[in-house]
Amino acid sequence: MSTPNSNPTGVGVEVRGLKKSFNDQEVLKGLDFKVEPGEIFVIMGPSGSGKSVLLKQLIGLDLPDEGEILIGGESVQSPGVMDKYRMAMVFQSGALLNSLTVGENVGLYLVEHRLKPPEEIARIVAENLDLVGLKGTEGKMPSELSGGMKKRVAIARALIVEPQLIFYDEPTSELDPVSAMVIGEEILKLNERTHVTSIIVTHDRELAFGVADRIAVIIEGSLVAIGTPEEVKGKTDPLVQKFLHAEIKRQTKVK
Amino acid sequence: MFENIGEMLVLFWRTLVALPMTWRQRHKVFEQFFEIGNASLLMVCILSFFIGGETALQTGPFLAERSFAGYLGGIVGYSVCRELAPILMAILIAGRIGSAMAAEIGSMRVYQEIDALRTMNINPIQYLILPRLVAIAIALPMLVLFAILVGWMGGAVVSATNNRIDIPIQAFFKNLQEVVQFRDVGNGLFKSFCFALIIGVVSCHQGLVTIGGPRGIGRSVTKAVVNSIVLIIIFDYILTRVLLK
Repeated sequence: MSTPNSNPTGVGVEVRGLKKSFNDQEVLKGLDFKVEPGEIFVIMGPSGSGKSVLLKQLIGLDLPDEGEILIGGESVQSPGVMDKYRMAMVFQSGALLNSLTVGENVGLYLVEHRLKPPEEIARIVAENLDLVGLKGTEGKMPSELSGGMKKRVAIARALIVEPQLIFYDEPTSELDPVSAMVIGEEILKLNERTHVTSIIVTHDRELAFGVADRIAVIIEGSLVAIGTPEEVKGKTDPLVQKFLHAEIKRQTKVK
Repeated sequence: MFENIGEMLVLFWRTLVALPMTWRQRHKVFEQFFEIGNASLLMVCILSFFIGGETALQTGPFLAERSFAGYLGGIVGYSVCRELAPILMAILIAGRIGSAMAAEIGSMRVYQEIDALRTMNINPIQYLILPRLVAIAIALPMLVLFAILVGWMGGAVVSATNNRIDIPIQAFFKNLQEVVQFRDVGNGLFKSFCFALIIGVVSCHQGLVTIGGPRGIGRSVTKAVVNSIVLIIIFDYILTRVLLK
């Protein structure tokens, strides 16, 4: 677990009374929480608890029915706020553009916004791929990569934005334990190096307790626990305990 | 289909607003243009040659029996340039290119690639839709012009070689030149430009609203092609009425 940086370059996020429904089904039932700048904040919960819906609201891909989201103290719905702060997202699938090479994927932001000359973009892309342990893969196509490598490329692509706020959607899903550990370490290294605010949505308990400064547990669209990993572990709420200690119990032993 | 007309018009308007960004996206426009031309040119040649030939074959003997065979060049030339080439090439392009557009954008939507573009502040309209729409709007009229010329040649060859018609190539083209005006070719090209916009907007829209997995993509592709063809035929009637005045 990392220590929240005393001089963060990340940006704070505040969620106030957030509600969202789909077809009369309330998915988010009024969430309130605050993420400090430079913090690694993990949102946990079982599948279908509304974590990914919350993430879509936070990144501005969807609008809430009620409540508001403040980034750096400004509502995300205010004009220009989403452009003011540098944000990036690492999608569950990686969401790499399959028609582009790894290098083109990573450099896409700089190329499309014409922020650097091509030679410099090539150098930055190589540096970022090196950071995630994928040196020399610029010319490969996403289809040639494993699931873990795709996620690391997605992290490299997110880093190129030099984000103040980075969102991870299930970063370790579909990965073997070693690849999941590598991704966890990348998240920690990134936070230590850039002091970016990281919001991670996951149901991977190992990742959550390994990297989080604070954890929020969402069950059925409601926030049932929030605090440091130790505080969350100590919660006596039966829903939290059931989620944190869920395991398969065998009824009979095989002889 | 008709319930989505409003969304399609909004998409078209947004693409028009993004038109000044075309120069920045010129490489993608060229890629798409090359793709459309490369994928369709041979098929356009074959199809249009036989369309011209078939029109001559259907009409030629009928006219020859009544001693009007000398008008065949004009009839084939007029029908190919004003109607047959624009509509049949548009249907061919809807099947070949519209389906590819809907499948590619649909798969990008399903696999969150479009969401990824948005999170990088890259406007999907400028990045994905604009190059495709501009490329097809340039490529289809060019293909149709090509199809008109090849169609006329097909008509001429059939007229000269079929002994029930037996019109020399020079006589065929002489009559064609007397009857067909540049305005007629222009009308055909204008129609094909409108059809290109229909194919582009319908296919891109269908791609953008794709939901579900591979089955959803398949459904979008089918809808894109069918809706494009229906709208092309409806607009063909409207444009013909307007352009006949």
